[in-house]
Amino acid sequence: MFTLVTERENPTFEKIISPIIDVPPSPALITVKSPIINPSPSPAQLTPAVANSMVVSARTYADFTPQATFDIKKCDLHKLEEGPPLQAVLTREEGLQYYRTMQTIRRMELKADQLYKQKIIRGFCHLYDGQEACAVGIETGINLSDHLITAYRAHGYTLTRGGTVREIMAELTGRRGGIAKGKGGSMHMYTKHFYGGNGIVGAQVPLGAGVALACKYLGNNEICVCLYGDGAANQGQIFETYNMASLWKLPCIFICENNKYGMGTSVERAAASTDYYKRGDFIPGLRLDGMDVLCVREATKFAAEHCRSGKGPILMELQTYRYHGHSMSDPGVSYRTREEIQEVRSKSDPISMLKDRMLSNNMASVEELKEIDVEVRKEIEDAAQFATTDPEPPLDDLCNHIFYNDPPMEVRGTNPWTKLKSVS
Amino acid sequence: MASLRSFLRSGKNAVSAVLRREFHGTPPAAVQVTVRDALNQALDEELERDERVFLLGEEVAQYDGAYKVSRGLWKKYGDKRIIDTPITEMGFAGIAVGAAMAGLRPICEFMTFNFSMQAIDQVINSAAKTYYMSAGLQPVPIVFRGPNGASAGVAAQHSQCFAAWYGHCPGLKVVSPWSAEDAKGLLKSAIRDDNPVVFLENELMYGVPFEMSEEAQSKDFLLPIGKAKIERQGNHVTLVSHSRMVSLCLDAAAVLAKEGIECEVINMRTIRPLDAEAIETSVMKTNHLITVEGGWPQFGVGAEILARIMEGKDFFICF
Repeated sequence: MFTLVTERENPTFEKIISPIIDVPPSPALITVKSPIINPSPSPAQLTPAVANSMVVSARTYADFTPQATFDIKKCDLHKLEEGPPLQAVLTREEGLQYYRTMQTIRRMELKADQLYKQKIIRGFCHLYDGQEACAVGIETGINLSDHLITAYRAHGYTLTRGGTVREIMAELTGRRGGIAKGKGGSMHMYTKHFYGGNGIVGAQVPLGAGVALACKYLGNNEICVCLYGDGAANQGQIFETYNMASLWKLPCIFICENNKYGMGTSVERAAASTDYYKRGDFIPGLRLDGMDVLCVREATKFAAEHCRSGKGPILMELQTYRYHGHSMSDPGVSYRTREEIQEVRSKSDPISMLKDRMLSNNMASVEELKEIDVEVRKEIEDAAQFATTDPEPPLDDLCNHIFYNDPPMEVRGTNPWTKLKSVS
Repeated sequence: MASLRSFLRSGKNAVSAVLRREFHGTPPAAVQVTVRDALNQALDEELERDERVFLLGEEVAQYDGAYKVSRGLWKKYGDKRIIDTPITEMGFAGIAVGAAMAGLRPICEFMTFNFSMQAIDQVINSAAKTYYMSAGLQPVPIVFRGPNGASAGVAAQHSQCFAAWYGHCPGLKVVSPWSAEDAKGLLKSAIRDDNPVVFLENELMYGVPFEMSEEAQSKDFLLPIGKAKIERQGNHVTLVSHSRMVSLCLDAAAVLAKEGIECEVINMRTIRPLDAEAIETSVMKTNHLITVEGGWPQFGVGAEILARIMEGKDFFICF
């Protein structure tokens, strides 16, 4: 069950726990009379006073389906006898949470786009809109105690791994309230068991295998999810990592987010074999629809089970799409057509897909989802406001954090007579 | 004092060890230990002390180490702690850095630092810079070690000195031991340090025996990173060096002493952070400075030392 938790002290965020309603799975289209279920309150609203009043003011006019089973697409398999199940069970609570989180990522990225164009965000900014189902689906298939590492298109993962929108946006604008105190920027955000945010294409893959090695070494039954893109998939160090991960049976899920383009180069022009799920050769692989959050979830659960049982690494290829260009400096239409982008948006959008599923199975109402949209928009607005008004880090923070656990030292400034202070 | 100093001079000329007789009831004082054995001791002691420490690299386990530095460790600690890797530097250096991020304390051996160039992105971008970029959230306690610089006739591709390259980068500590005592004390400190440390050994020094004091033989013998050592006192000229070239300086000092020129020989021990204070204090005394290194001169370690002296507050007083 997916829970959005931040490891930090954050008074506006609380663990969202919903009761699992014990109703036998019903065929998708039949409405079942069920006890009234309180819609999940948003984190900002969950004070004791509100919680109490929620019980009284729950909607009485709608009986929602508590859960439904959906058919999901079969995965292409490589060196695997069986794949993930062909059906996924989605509870109403889960559905609302996935919807909320994906919508939060979507709106957060669009807001970042806006702020970038206003020059409030500068530097690199690689947006994740279109790929939300990957981040959300993966997180629901693992635990927060597992580990994850990705490349530079990392804002979505920073959120699912426990960051708040406020901290993420303030990091993008380079303010002291940012998740890395304003010193990391878009590509260098970290939370507990989330190792960024890495700028060098492909370098995160051996790092992820190293984290998996630590998991195996410490015997804690944790796994590491190690993400990379279709562009990075041709990197030599990834193949070096496949070799060692397989030799040493590291509990590592390699996930290729194939969004069809490595910067401006389409997959056909970059890879002699675009079957990225097979490129692990001796590593079993799956290829699946990365726009379907349930598909991603089931595959991740399957892969996590594979790793935890000591079978070694496994590779997943998620076929997904990014609506924006590679980064904010790329309009994204010189190497692909607007029609293509429009087609994906209308036929395969991950948020629309989930929304349609929930509405057509009476798992939620249009108004309810609209309300979530409104809450999300508000959260993003507040975060953007904070990110725009929070002060920049103080100048004497410039040389801090060079070394860890070291006594304070002096760092040469721009000339020999300027000494700057550095503390750990 | 002078005789003690002569004891600690270049191992080739060292007198035989001073061993007190057992019947006096006191344990032996100084012993002769090669740099290789000193490194081996340091590794053994740190592996024993902390479960999270492990060694990985090419041929470190079953082969006992390409230069036998890790001899006996695999037999003692097994596959979990001493890991043989395939010949994939970028991959295994990255794996080591990732393991450090996740809470272990890896020692990543490069067969020589020339091969570290294949993995230099992981050393600099993944290890050195991460603590800063994460504003203190993600430390990387890792040691990269291996032989550096020239060996005996191994040709250009296997002879480069990387002190200047790694010494350039903030976030890294760069250590270059000379004697057995240096090797042991500094390697132990490097392993216990919570930051990425590049530990530059030298293949030609591995077999050289040095006097190792009783204190240095203890399991908790540590040398501070960032402090140079004055190997020989003198008044006329300061010779600053690191690693194998310290032997050369001491030999030169012995020759010059016959002509009445007393050299002060400073063993840098650490490249980064540079102990500029020790060098400055010495230069204030002698007013003459020569840097001696195995790396190329342009943009090198000596160039940095000279720049620091020239920029120092006392440069014009020196004149």
